[in-house]
Amino acid sequence: MKIIVCIKQVPGTSKVQVDPVTGVLIRDGIDTKMNPYDLFALETALRLKEEYGGHVKVISMGPPQAMEVIKEAFMMGADDGLLVSDRKFAGADVLATSYTLSQGIRKMGNFNLIITGKQTTDGDTAQVGPEIAEYLQIPHIANVLKILEVTDNDITVEMDMPETIEIAKVKFPCLLSVEKDIFQPRLPSFKRKIKTKDKEIKVICLNDMEDKNEKKYGLSGSPTQVERIFPPDENADKEIWEGTGEELADKITKKLKELKFI
Amino acid sequence: MGKLLVHQDLVNDETANKLIKLCPFGAIEYKDGKLEINAGCKMCRICIKKGPKGVIEFVEEQTTKVDKSAYKGIAVYVDHVEGRIHPVTFELIGKAKELAKKVNYPVYCIFPGFQILDSAEELLHYGADEVFIYDYVELEHFRIEPYTAVFEDFINNKKPSIILIGATTIGRSLAPRVAARFRTGLTADCTVLDIKENSDLVQIRPAFGGNIMAQIVTPNSRPQLATVRYKIMNAPERTEEVSGKITVCSMDTNKFKSNVDVIKITKKEIEGNISESEIIVVAGRAIKTKKDMSLAYELAEVLGGNFAGTRPMVEAGWIDAKKQIGLSGRTVKPKLIITLGVSGAVQFTAGMKSADYIFAINKDPKAAIFSVAHYGIIGDIYEIVPKLIENIKNEKGLTGELPKYAAPSTRN
Repeated sequence: MKIIVCIKQVPGTSKVQVDPVTGVLIRDGIDTKMNPYDLFALETALRLKEEYGGHVKVISMGPPQAMEVIKEAFMMGADDGLLVSDRKFAGADVLATSYTLSQGIRKMGNFNLIITGKQTTDGDTAQVGPEIAEYLQIPHIANVLKILEVTDNDITVEMDMPETIEIAKVKFPCLLSVEKDIFQPRLPSFKRKIKTKDKEIKVICLNDMEDKNEKKYGLSGSPTQVERIFPPDENADKEIWEGTGEELADKITKKLKELKFI
Repeated sequence: MGKLLVHQDLVNDETANKLIKLCPFGAIEYKDGKLEINAGCKMCRICIKKGPKGVIEFVEEQTTKVDKSAYKGIAVYVDHVEGRIHPVTFELIGKAKELAKKVNYPVYCIFPGFQILDSAEELLHYGADEVFIYDYVELEHFRIEPYTAVFEDFINNKKPSIILIGATTIGRSLAPRVAARFRTGLTADCTVLDIKENSDLVQIRPAFGGNIMAQIVTPNSRPQLATVRYKIMNAPERTEEVSGKITVCSMDTNKFKSNVDVIKITKKEIEGNISESEIIVVAGRAIKTKKDMSLAYELAEVLGGNFAGTRPMVEAGWIDAKKQIGLSGRTVKPKLIITLGVSGAVQFTAGMKSADYIFAINKDPKAAIFSVAHYGIIGDIYEIVPKLIENIKNEKGLTGELPKYAAPSTRN
């Protein structure tokens, strides 16, 4: 089975704030990591490979530094990696990102299955997977909880729906976005780290794509625009209480009584 | 649309270093005396607003303009399972009506399903002007290709300016598919929606995974798509009389071909659903061990409420994912919420800040949670909560030990 997994490098911390005076974004440190939800996608792919054979390729879009997450994927057992990187991709929203990734995937050869994580921790939209599937004109299933059966032609999964759990069979090629905890992700292996230290990561840019129309990528290819960013509203009529544990507990009790919760 | 242009003649070590430091996304690189912007750029344009003057410039690009007057109306997707309408739908109809009034638009509902005529009737009681139903056996269960095909048919025929979709598991799967088909913008999990005179939808949501809100528009594409979570907007009162109508649509059933087979459907057990709780106690990172989670369980128990947790608590495996509040968990709107040692990232507060009363206990006076709390209590949960539980027990006359509260398993 040929599997492609989409991974993304995200900030290691979510402590991003806006300075209320200057309006400047403050990001503590510059550490980055693989989007935690992608670990479940990669683990799912590796388990399928172990059981049914084949290979696992990963793709990521981002600045050259994003190669780090591809190396991490190698340490977990991915066979191949592709980085899609070009400054012309800057400012991409969901649509432009999905289009860029779908163009990148077209350069990766045949596949049966694409697996993505549920969402990223920096965008939190959970939209890129389904949009990639639309661009590649393949079906997708989101919120996959379990893989039940795999045959040569299709895969049967359990998916989470608003009120129900559904079992669905979907034909290859298709895209699945998997829930957290579908499988426990393995740790990167030191042995593999040594072995894949010099492994080549292919990097492609806009000129390598089938569609070289600049207007479909980056900011130009993004229908949504961020008009402004601002710190969240403060609650104006708030009270702040200080004191010993006992005093505070009494004060809370009194207030809860007053509000008729007790 | 546009791009950033770097005026290399103004680039020197000093300006370059300033800009590199300023960029929150590490998207500016300085190599061989040349400044470049890499793919990490999020177009926040802070480099222009706050950086050395004139080094980086934003250049508008000429694009073919969409004819906005050709698109009218606000459509709401009717989220349902076998005709049972998800309440987020009514909330969105309420919001759609409010927006539609400002620009004099009709409010539509788009309803694909099977044997749904009776359910469609109900939507009229909430103020929909016209409900478009696609009633076909192929649409009995949600499958991605046929449902997207219905949207395609509807958009091509009615040309709505805006489509609002509930951010349920179905909506989150369907909306991006539709957006990509029409090469248009989609904004997920909006917390505030407004409309400009020129019919641009103003979409506000937490962004960049941190304590920032972003205002997003789709200025040159139609339709504009947005998803909104359950319990963010308010549902209108149900009225007895109706003024709208139901239109039964027909379309080419060949478009319903699908590579997905739904084999079996089991109803989920709805136990301890935090979205419906009126009182919620939330466990945050200040709780040091899994055993100490009993602080939250017990407080919830004596208050007759439910308990929940933040993302780190779920990631640690101390609490089930269904009990997670926040953008990657559930949105709640209880009467009372008490947070125990929760720091209060926007990711979390977006999921709970419309609660009637928010009590936040945290040791750190600078914790972000205090900006949304009505009562901010600066102190140690280990000192306050046991006493608080005791107080409430006394008040309620619950003498002696409570019946042993079995800590629920994390895998229910």
